[in-house]
Amino acid sequence: MEHTLTAEGAANPLEFYEAAEHEHADGGGTLLGFWIYLMSDCLIFAVLFATYGVLGGNLAGGPGPRDLFDLPLVAINTSVLLLSSITYGLAMLSARQQHIGATQLWLGVTALFGVAFLSIELYEFMRLIHEGATPQSSAFLSSFFTLVGSHGLHVTFGVIWLLTLMVQVGQRGLTAANERRLMCLSLFWHFLDIIWIGVFTFVYLMGMLR
Amino acid sequence: MSAQHLTLTPPHASQHDYAIGLVLSIVLTAVPFWLVMTDAMGKQATGYVIMVFAAVQMIVHVVFFLHVRAKSEKGWTLVAMIFAMLFVCITLSGSLWVMHHLDSNMMPAHEISQLP
Repeated sequence: MEHTLTAEGAANPLEFYEAAEHEHADGGGTLLGFWIYLMSDCLIFAVLFATYGVLGGNLAGGPGPRDLFDLPLVAINTSVLLLSSITYGLAMLSARQQHIGATQLWLGVTALFGVAFLSIELYEFMRLIHEGATPQSSAFLSSFFTLVGSHGLHVTFGVIWLLTLMVQVGQRGLTAANERRLMCLSLFWHFLDIIWIGVFTFVYLMGMLR
Repeated sequence: MSAQHLTLTPPHASQHDYAIGLVLSIVLTAVPFWLVMTDAMGKQATGYVIMVFAAVQMIVHVVFFLHVRAKSEKGWTLVAMIFAMLFVCITLSGSLWVMHHLDSNMMPAHEISQLP
């Protein structure tokens, strides 16, 4: 064994690092990196869900989920977010075929759905606060506003990002860099829809069952 | 260039995928809402059923919208996701389990007030 090692070592000395330069594709690691960011975001939401799961039953004598939640409104919000996921998918398909007009159209529709979702959510929050169910009222409401609010904040930034990309696609067209950005936002947008499945099931529907 | 194109827009993502995903999601969303709104089953049974529906719908979204396949990014997306899911499960089940037992072993409030 030792004999072969020394024989090979003499022929070509050991290299501890790669000396030769090698090509890195432009933005090659972006998608994997963004994916890992999404997974860490997933952990943030897991902690917020756990907080809600632990504190959700502590009403401090205040109103509970049954008194506050409006299921038809949540159903509308859920459909809006689901449809926005589909329209974003259609935008990605158009982008792959290099149809700038169709891409912009579907991105615009997605942005409208995103804004509609946020408006409904803000309306719901305003109604709750108007009824006296503020985040300060009970541990249940604190954790509810934190969890649903964090999701809403993510959607807000998603919409801002979406509008920014629409401007960039309008100015530069569907270049490789823009396609990569669209792909990252598509992962982000679908990810938010997945988090919303958890929200409407565990917060709203399970809340009504209590 | 062409190799990069393949990773950016997954070749298997198609209109077909989104159509299947949409139909499945509509069913998987509508049924839990219907069950809760009409109270068709007992509360506990409904709770378990809607949790299963949520889990299935999350998988549908990951497969048909996020297009995570075993081979995308040489398998790293799947590995990262499984790792994250492991942490999510530990965080959720651990917190709920520990805090539930903490709650039930806590001295009731009226006994605390009677302490000398």
